[in-house]
Amino acid sequence: MSHATTIDPTEIEKFQAMAADWWDPNGKFKPLHMLNPCRLDYINSQIAAEFERDLTMQRPFEGLRILDIGCGGGLLSEPMARLGADVVGADAAERNIPVAQVHAEDQGLTIDYRHTTAEDLAAAGETFDVVMNMEVVEHVADPLSFLTACHELLKPGGLMTCSTINRNPKSFAMAIVGAEVIMRWLPKGTHDWSKFITPDELFDLLRRAGLDPVDRTGFVFNPLSWNWSLSDRDLSVNYVITSLRR
Amino acid sequence: MTVAAAAAMDNGPPPPIFRGMSFDDDILIAGGGLNGTSMALALASAGFRTTLVDPKPPKVRKAKDFDGRGYALSISSMRVLKTLGVWDALTDVQSILHITVTDGRAGEGPSPLMLAFDHGEIEEGPMGYMVEDRHLRPALMQAVNDANITQIDDHVAGFAPDTSGVAITLGSGQTRRARLLIGCDGRDSAIGRDSGIKRQGWGYDQTALVCAVAHEKPHGETAHQFFMPPGPLAILPLTGNRASIVWTETTARAAEIQRMNDADYLDILRPRFGGFLGRIDLAGDRFTYPLRLSIADHFVAPRVALVGDAAHVVHPIAGQGLNAGLKDVAALGEVLTDAHRRGEDMAAPDVLARYERWRRFDTATLAFATDTFNKLFSNDNPLLRTARDIGLGLTNALPGVRRRLIREAAGLTGDLPRLAQGKHL
Repeated sequence: MSHATTIDPTEIEKFQAMAADWWDPNGKFKPLHMLNPCRLDYINSQIAAEFERDLTMQRPFEGLRILDIGCGGGLLSEPMARLGADVVGADAAERNIPVAQVHAEDQGLTIDYRHTTAEDLAAAGETFDVVMNMEVVEHVADPLSFLTACHELLKPGGLMTCSTINRNPKSFAMAIVGAEVIMRWLPKGTHDWSKFITPDELFDLLRRAGLDPVDRTGFVFNPLSWNWSLSDRDLSVNYVITSLRR
Repeated sequence: MTVAAAAAMDNGPPPPIFRGMSFDDDILIAGGGLNGTSMALALASAGFRTTLVDPKPPKVRKAKDFDGRGYALSISSMRVLKTLGVWDALTDVQSILHITVTDGRAGEGPSPLMLAFDHGEIEEGPMGYMVEDRHLRPALMQAVNDANITQIDDHVAGFAPDTSGVAITLGSGQTRRARLLIGCDGRDSAIGRDSGIKRQGWGYDQTALVCAVAHEKPHGETAHQFFMPPGPLAILPLTGNRASIVWTETTARAAEIQRMNDADYLDILRPRFGGFLGRIDLAGDRFTYPLRLSIADHFVAPRVALVGDAAHVVHPIAGQGLNAGLKDVAALGEVLTDAHRRGEDMAAPDVLARYERWRRFDTATLAFATDTFNKLFSNDNPLLRTARDIGLGLTNALPGVRRRLIREAAGLTGDLPRLAQGKHL
C-alpha cells in the first residue's frame, strides 16, 4: 500500500501500549467495546441490504470503499477490513493514527489511517460507498457543515450511518450522570448535553445536508443482561440514522 | 525474517510481536474424541480453516467392536448431530419413549411411588435416543474425513498466546499458528492446566460399572433409573433386546465386583436389575469409571477455549456429560461464527467471554443439581427415603413440574444455540 508505515520504530512499543489500551474490553473504552457488536450488527445489515451482500459469505464487503470518521483505535475500521472492504480511517486526533495503524498491522489488516477531517477529505475529492459516522456529530462545532461534507464524501447511491445521543432528561441521566459520573465509563466532560441532538433534529439536518434518511433505530442498554440491543421503537438515548445520497 | 535479513536492516532487531504474520489455521483443536470431532465439524461447516490434533490414529479411534458403552442423547444433542450431518449416518439408534424413575433397595424391588415420563408430554418426539459408542465414534470420524478438516496424529506439547493468535508446538516439534486453540482434551485437560486455569472438583468415592446386557423380554423403549443406597442404576434401551447398564457402587465394592468372573458379576447385578425383563446375560465388555465432579474456574483464557470434559465433568447420573459437551460445541461454534461474520477478531477476549457467560452458568447449575440429586438419593437414611418417595410421588402428580423436568432432561430449556435448534451456523 502507498501509505506504508511511517512510524518511527523506536515509538512502536509506546503505540502498542496505547493500542492495548484502546483494545482492552475492560479498559477505558469499555462502553465502546460493549456497544460495538450491536452497532456492527446494525451497520453490517444496512450495508448488506443496500449493496445486496450476503453476510454469511467470506469477505462480503469486497469491492466497497468505506470511510470511518473518528476512527479512534479502529474499533469499526478493523471489522470492515476483515469483511473485505477497502477502509479509510480518519481521525482529527493525530495521536490515534499510529496507534490504530500498529494494531491493524498486528492483526494482519491493511487499513489506510489518516490524520484528517471529513471536510478536508471532501475538499480533496475523496468518495466512498459507505461513510460510518458514529458517535461524532455530538462532538463537532457545526453539525450542518460537517454533515454537508459527509454528503459530498458519498458516491451517488452511497450510504451513511450516523449515530448520536438524544437530548432529553433520560439521556442526560444515562449518558452523563450514569456513564460519566456514576460508572466512570467515560471521563467527565466527554459529553456536553446541550450538543446532543434529537432524532427529529438529526433528520432535519441530514435533509438540509442533501441526504435522504431511510432508517432510524435505537441502541438500548439492558442493565439486567448488561447488554446492548437494537430497537426500532426506543430511540430515547443512543440511536442511529441511516441515510442515502440519491 | 531470517537473522541475516534482520541484521542487514538499519533499524535493529525485528519487532517483538507477530506483526501481520500469517496463520496456518483459524482454529486448532486439541483432542479428537466425541467433543473434538463435533467441534471440528461445526467450525468447518461455518467455513473456518480447522485442524484436529489427536495422538491416537483415526483407525484406533474408530474401532468398531461392541464394547457396551452407550450415550443417552437429548433431543438437543440429536439436533446438533443431525445438523452436522452425522445423525443420518448412525445405524441402530434406539428411541427412548418412556422414562421411569424409581426409588428402590436391592432385593426389595422398586418402591410403589415412582416418576413416569412419557414422550406424549413433549411435542418434539421421543424423550431422547440411545446411541452406541461403536456407532457414534466412526460416524463422527467419517464426517471429519469427508469435511475440509486437517488431521494430525500428534499432541499439543506447548502453546504461546499473543495479541493476535497463538503459536502451537506439537509433539513432533512442528509449530502451527492459529487464531484460537480449543481444548477438547478431556477431564485432565493439559490445555486448561497450561493456560493456568484452576479447577474445582470433588470425588464421590463412587465408581460406575458399565456393561451391556441381552435380556429375554422387550424393553418397550423404556429407560429406567433406580435410586439405590450405594448409587443409581440406569437401564437404557439399545436396539433389539439389549440394554446398556450404568450402575454405581462405592469405589471399593466396585473394584471387588469388577474383579469377579462374568457369572458372579451377573449374580450381583440380577437382584438390582429385577426380573421384569426376564433372563439377562452379559453382551459386551465390562468397564468402570470412577465418579468425579469438576468444573474449570474459567472456560476461556487468552486465545484458548475449553469444551466438554475439559471444562466440566458432571456426574453421569442422567447421562448429561456428552449432552453438555455438545451444547458447548453449539454455543462456542455460534459465538465464533457470529463474531467472524460481524468482522470482529473472532478469538478476542471479549468474544471468548461471551461463550464463557453462556455456558459456565448452565454447567455449574447442572453440576450442582446432579450432585444434590446424587447425595439425596444415594442414601439409606429412612427419613430421607420417605421424603424423596413423597417428593417423587408429588412430582409425578403435578403435570407442570413433571413437564418442566422432562424438557430439562431433553435439553429443551435455556438459551438454545442454533445448532441445538436444528439450524445451521
